[in-house]
Amino acid sequence: MTHAAQPSPVAEPVRNTKNAATVQIAFLLAGTLLLVLAPLFFYPIFLMKILCFALFACAFNLLLGYTGLLSFGHATFFGGAAYFTAHAVKEWGLPVELGILVGVAGAAALGLIMGFFAIRRQGIYFAMITLALSQMFFFFCLQAGFTHGEDGIQSVPRGDLLGFIDLNSSTNMYYFVLAVFVIGMVVIWRFINSPFGMILKSIRENEQRAISLGYSVARYKLGAFVMSAALAGLAGAMKALVFQFATLTDVAWQMSGEVILMTLLGGIGTLIGPIFGAGLVVTLQNYLATSDFPVTIITGVVFMVCVLVFRRGIIGEFYASRLGRRLGFQHRR
Amino acid sequence: MKPFLEIADLHAWYGESHVLHGVNMTVGEGEMVTILGRNGVGKTTTLRTIIGILRERRGRIVLGGKDMMDVPLHRTAHHGIGFVPEERGIFSTLTVEENLMLPPVVASGGMSLDEIFELFPNLHERRSSPGTKLSGGEQQMLAMARILRTGVRVLLLDEPTEGLAPVIVQRIGEVLKKLKERGMTVLLVEQNFRFASKIADRFYLMDHGQIVGTFPVSELPDQMGMLNKVLGV
Amino acid sequence: MTTIFGIPLAALFGQLLIGLINGSFYALLSLGLAVIFGLLRVINFAHGAQYMLGAFVAYLLLQYIGIGYWPALIVAPLIVGAFGALVERFLLSRLYNLDPLYGLLFTFGMALAIEGTFRYFYGASGQPYAPPALLTGGTNLGFMFLPNYRGWVVVVSLIVCIGTWLLIEKTKIGSYLRAATENSTLVQSFGINVPMLLTLTYGLGAALAAFAGVLAAPIYQVSPLMGSNIIIVVFAVVVVGGMGSIMGAIITGYVLGVAEGLTKVFYPEASNIVVFVIMAIVLLLRPAGLFGRDG
Repeated sequence: MTHAAQPSPVAEPVRNTKNAATVQIAFLLAGTLLLVLAPLFFYPIFLMKILCFALFACAFNLLLGYTGLLSFGHATFFGGAAYFTAHAVKEWGLPVELGILVGVAGAAALGLIMGFFAIRRQGIYFAMITLALSQMFFFFCLQAGFTHGEDGIQSVPRGDLLGFIDLNSSTNMYYFVLAVFVIGMVVIWRFINSPFGMILKSIRENEQRAISLGYSVARYKLGAFVMSAALAGLAGAMKALVFQFATLTDVAWQMSGEVILMTLLGGIGTLIGPIFGAGLVVTLQNYLATSDFPVTIITGVVFMVCVLVFRRGIIGEFYASRLGRRLGFQHRR
Repeated sequence: MKPFLEIADLHAWYGESHVLHGVNMTVGEGEMVTILGRNGVGKTTTLRTIIGILRERRGRIVLGGKDMMDVPLHRTAHHGIGFVPEERGIFSTLTVEENLMLPPVVASGGMSLDEIFELFPNLHERRSSPGTKLSGGEQQMLAMARILRTGVRVLLLDEPTEGLAPVIVQRIGEVLKKLKERGMTVLLVEQNFRFASKIADRFYLMDHGQIVGTFPVSELPDQMGMLNKVLGV
Repeated sequence: MTTIFGIPLAALFGQLLIGLINGSFYALLSLGLAVIFGLLRVINFAHGAQYMLGAFVAYLLLQYIGIGYWPALIVAPLIVGAFGALVERFLLSRLYNLDPLYGLLFTFGMALAIEGTFRYFYGASGQPYAPPALLTGGTNLGFMFLPNYRGWVVVVSLIVCIGTWLLIEKTKIGSYLRAATENSTLVQSFGINVPMLLTLTYGLGAALAAFAGVLAAPIYQVSPLMGSNIIIVVFAVVVVGGMGSIMGAIITGYVLGVAEGLTKVFYPEASNIVVFVIMAIVLLLRPAGLFGRDG
């Protein structure tokens, strides 16, 4: 038995070198260009779905990848925000912007509550607590009146952005979703590189040391949890507008599992990995939707394979590959 | 004396740090050998590597003619070698008796329960209390007793006297003498030099992950100068 | 009709019985989770799937080979336990040197794959499984009518729980298990085959879950979803109990089952979530859990 340090599920973040910075900017520009041009080649609704889930997965990764906390309850924030936004826009007649704000604020509030309980325990207990609390929220949504139970909130109006951009046009809606996605990503990027994010990293690496340095670890964890919940909520709010409904599926535990898979597949602790993970999973789901072969089997098997032999995920493997290293990326397991 | 345990060019690593740098030693059958050295020179690591707990290792370990390098940890004891760790490893969720009976008997010739209870009467008295409720000295006795029951021929003992009162240290010395009479081979790591000088046949001196000298107990007075230098006493 | 707090007594006892039945399953399942976690440091997310597998194996044995309830009560846990042992030996054992979260994720994936497979072949609806002829009908206890099968489930699960507790606390193999839970390396250096012990332990846990599944089959019907519905509640149960104590897991299981049953009488809307609410309260008052020894 070796006594080497145990690898954590959390990969080291990429360290920039000058070379990597150039390459990253190049990739960033290419990626943005692709996303801007993508509606010419793909159905906008499909692309919007990917963007919503990509943002969701990146928000989730903020917690798992950069704080080391595995939440099994993120469906609560995604699906909860979808309900709140759908209700605000449809029943209260709020403009889209405010509707989204309601969703995000609601998700942040839910995150504050769930986080308050969950951060009392660590590791697998944290995962179990978030799962249980999120199941509780699921039952709440099943019974609460405003969610319309099994039917969900249907035909949510998209309305006009800023009062004059008609979001019923799928092109307009796509660029709106893309803009929100980019804003979300920038927020995440700023967050993990802020002093707050640095402290989270040090907590992840050595919680005892962070405590002895005098940091209020619980408060930082809670902060990260709320931030992650709010961003997951942003993704959920957008999803409710894109698909124009909010249902129980979005708050069910399977959804929490899906976002974990997207993150794991793309690369835990990499900024852009979850985007690829989300793209892959959504594409797979769309592909399988036409056959009667159940997605869960594939999802389950992919999960097992990833954990056994592919723990770095797509982007993590790329960074660790010869090409990745030559381009200047560094990725420690 | 016929060598019973032979160690040649033994290297070991904790992750990336190289801690043993080619240890060479032999222990004869029935011999009691003590490894001396300052803190952190690799004495405990040597024992852990021999028994196979530390598996990032290279070199040769031969026990009674059998190459032990590829033997998995859970088979090592069956070749007749037992290990009592420094922290004693008494299990808190097991009673004294369960602790005593835990290691399987690997060869005949071990002590019977009666013999053990005769040698350590306290253990008999407290056999149904949780193992970690015993005093430090009693825990050390228990840790040794449970290995003696298994019939191993070689005993690796890591600092058996650490933190114990003089009267208990004396008691452990008596036990070790009895073991020697029974023909047990013992490799001992010990900081308590006075204690070791009373029971050991021979000494190895260790520094920086290597053996730097060996001498029989009879040469002890002549070696004091060198000992003082290496041990810094 | 006799009433208490305005509730008919018969209804109260009826719900108490349902609570006790649910509690039996919670106890059996959280017991298995605790045993596995103690030694392997893995939270077995597939525990619900293994429970479902137990029920399905019993159903399939009856459907295709005509093997009835009583043999299935032994055979199904053996099959599922053997399957579990294989999974541990060849897959799960590769994850022990990693963060425990990977074990959770792996078994989660396994649960999805197993559940998906059975959904594909048998649909999401339940298949009926008749209780054995010996236990059909019921007994009038004077204050309530007790279906015989339900009485049997309460009694036998209590026996199995206590039997497992005795196995772990009072036997030689149990002392290996406890010792290996504390310090597996040292136990291994004594010449005990700890890797084999790990395999057997996971097999035992899976078999316990399957046993619960066979017991549940005549009560809840056999459905691919039966496992994922119950496992999340069982997770809450082990958070409440803390996984350091086998007896703690058993007691917490029964108590929470009964609490759920009582809630159904007095405030039915909350019966789905009462276990989670209790979990939240326990987290506030005693974060390590009622019987918890570890963080």
